[in-house]
Amino acid sequence: MLEIKNLHVKLEDEDKQILKGVDLSLEAGKVHAIMGPNGSGKSTLSYVLSGKDGYEVTEGSAHLQGEDVLDMEPEERAAAGLFLAFQYPVEIPGVGNMTFLRTAVNAQRKARGEEELSAGDFLKVVREKAKTLKIDAEMLKRPVNVGFSGGEKKRNEILQMAMLEPKMCILDETDSGLDVDAMKLVSEGVNALRDAGRTFLVITHYQRLLDHIKPDVVHIMANGRIVKTGGPELALEVEQNGYADILAEEVA
Amino acid sequence: MSLDVEVKDGVDQETVDAVKELSGTYKYGWNTDIEMEYAPKGVNTDIVKLISEKNEEPEWMTEWRLQAFERWEKMTEPEWAMVSYPKIDFQDQYYYARPKSMVEKPKSLDEVDPKLLATYEKLGIPLKEQALLAGVEAPEEERKVAVDAVFDSVSVGTTFKDELAKAGVIFCSISEAIREHPELVKKYLGSVVPVSDNYYATLNSAVFSDGSFVYVPPGVRCPMELSTYFRINAENTGQFERTLIIADKGSYVSYLEGCTAPQRDTAQLHAAVVEIVIEEDAEVKYSTVQNWYPGDEDGKGGIYNFVTKRADCRGDRAKVMWTQVETGSAVTWKYPSCILRGNDTQGEFYSIAIANNMQQADTGTKMVHLGKNTKSRIVSKGISAGKAQNTYRGLVSMHPKAKNSRNYTQCDSLLIGDKCGAHTVPYIEVKNNSSRVEHEATTSKVDDEQLFYCRQRGMDEEEAVALVVNGFCKEVLQALPMEFAMEAQALVAISLEGSVG
Repeated sequence: MLEIKNLHVKLEDEDKQILKGVDLSLEAGKVHAIMGPNGSGKSTLSYVLSGKDGYEVTEGSAHLQGEDVLDMEPEERAAAGLFLAFQYPVEIPGVGNMTFLRTAVNAQRKARGEEELSAGDFLKVVREKAKTLKIDAEMLKRPVNVGFSGGEKKRNEILQMAMLEPKMCILDETDSGLDVDAMKLVSEGVNALRDAGRTFLVITHYQRLLDHIKPDVVHIMANGRIVKTGGPELALEVEQNGYADILAEEVA
Repeated sequence: MSLDVEVKDGVDQETVDAVKELSGTYKYGWNTDIEMEYAPKGVNTDIVKLISEKNEEPEWMTEWRLQAFERWEKMTEPEWAMVSYPKIDFQDQYYYARPKSMVEKPKSLDEVDPKLLATYEKLGIPLKEQALLAGVEAPEEERKVAVDAVFDSVSVGTTFKDELAKAGVIFCSISEAIREHPELVKKYLGSVVPVSDNYYATLNSAVFSDGSFVYVPPGVRCPMELSTYFRINAENTGQFERTLIIADKGSYVSYLEGCTAPQRDTAQLHAAVVEIVIEEDAEVKYSTVQNWYPGDEDGKGGIYNFVTKRADCRGDRAKVMWTQVETGSAVTWKYPSCILRGNDTQGEFYSIAIANNMQQADTGTKMVHLGKNTKSRIVSKGISAGKAQNTYRGLVSMHPKAKNSRNYTQCDSLLIGDKCGAHTVPYIEVKNNSSRVEHEATTSKVDDEQLFYCRQRGMDEEEAVALVVNGFCKEVLQALPMEFAMEAQALVAISLEGSVG
């Protein structure tokens, strides 16, 4: 699904290297988790893959189903099936959540040469998906993320994901700011989307999210590189011992 | 030609046919196949007399115009607005142009700027108005909108006149009103915007060529939206239209005004006057979507828009609501105002002003509270992009007798890019102790995070900007009648094209 090779990234305005040769191979239908200490480059990886300004790729490549994503505009990446659930979803005053969703869905359909969804069809789908995430009609009408609680914002991200049906989903610390109940709801939403044709990259600090969204592969990232890869047990190891042991291993 | 369109004196059938003909090719720019009849360039008493004569006006009207002209000659152009433009040579303009019997001079499509074509194609809405003008009946379920179309100096035709007449509503061109309803015109013309009001209004009083007239009798709720569609077409021609709306006691009318002009390299002058009289318990909504040609990216050409619009809430409990979407013009100088004369009267002003490229907008409102318990509300959204300058200038004045009056003003500015400017200039005068005035102002930039968020969800950059900006304008867009809200949203997107990246 997504092949990342030797990815080197620096800040555009500063001489600061953040990613120093990331290699990742994410197969279709799998859930990969990336864990790592603060400042290891996890969020940068998600931004670079989705095309945010301010970063410069100095070396390496990233291909989504064989297509060079680093060469695309952010909206082209989205239409190609790449989705980022933001750690801090952005507020857009005055724009109804529903309007936003519909504009996004139809923009992607248009970009892929598909017909736009009619208002009626769209409404039907969105109501159904919103229900499973416990998003009520009121929340669909409110301006995008404005005055939403932390949990509401994250649920809203998952609703967008469910509506856009991307192939490659990147979840950037989706568990941050969530209480246990909200985490459960969000995880259920994600699990419902697990599919043989869909890949997840779950970025998180904590093992607890991975109790709910069971990963197939766990990577540890540190200092701009993937330093260790293993099965779900690796997450438990981190939970118990912290990163120190793994990092020490790496240095050694 | 359907019976819904009345052909006026001074406009021959061929003209109407030509406009009808053009309605089919509008999206290809009607810039223009109509041969014009011009009065000589410049303005003097002879021209004023000629305009009056062309409109077959009675002597009192000619006199009124001449007095205005005499005053205008002694006045000087105001310079206090935050706009700069080359000095206008008022003698180098045509003051009267009307379509002659047509000799079709078909122009090839490639003479028209493709950008302009694209704009019209995307706009769509004026076509609907033209369909009406051409007498095409709207399907039953659609709300009807009566249209008066002013093409350069003359009103071409008014739709749905018979249906309106049944309700007792008079909706016709002002030149017709002067001939047919002199008692109403005499009583109200110049009573809201006096002849001597300001430089442009005085000039307008002398040389106005046509415009719209509305009278809604006591207790009548006008059965449909009324709309005037202004089009400046001829080159080097000033358009000076005059609109007079009278809402008698307990009546209601909603009025829409749309404006467009073709692309010209030279700037063109537009100096309109709109007067609204609102009697006891009456209510008027006046909405404008102004899309005059704004000039090119370098500021070449475009319309200089100097407009005086004022509503006088004469009777107690009278209400007025101005809503404007200003996207066009090279220079905009416009302050739709409310005189809250009666007790318990209400004035509202909702405005979106977009300035892109080299456009300059100095716009706002005046709320003059004279009566007791009067209320006003101002919501202004200014959007600047490119190298444009956007100024909100607003006066809130509470007179000594305006006890217990209230004003709320909200002024928000949005900047796109770092070469544009937004300015807020509120003037507040309170001359009694029991009134309250609130003013809130914010300035923000279109946030990169917001744009990235939208783009990550699949919208392209322009779509993202349009979405964010439409969100910013929402309170004002909601105040527009439905027919205009869609058009306005599309306009917001079009006006800002190319403003990012």
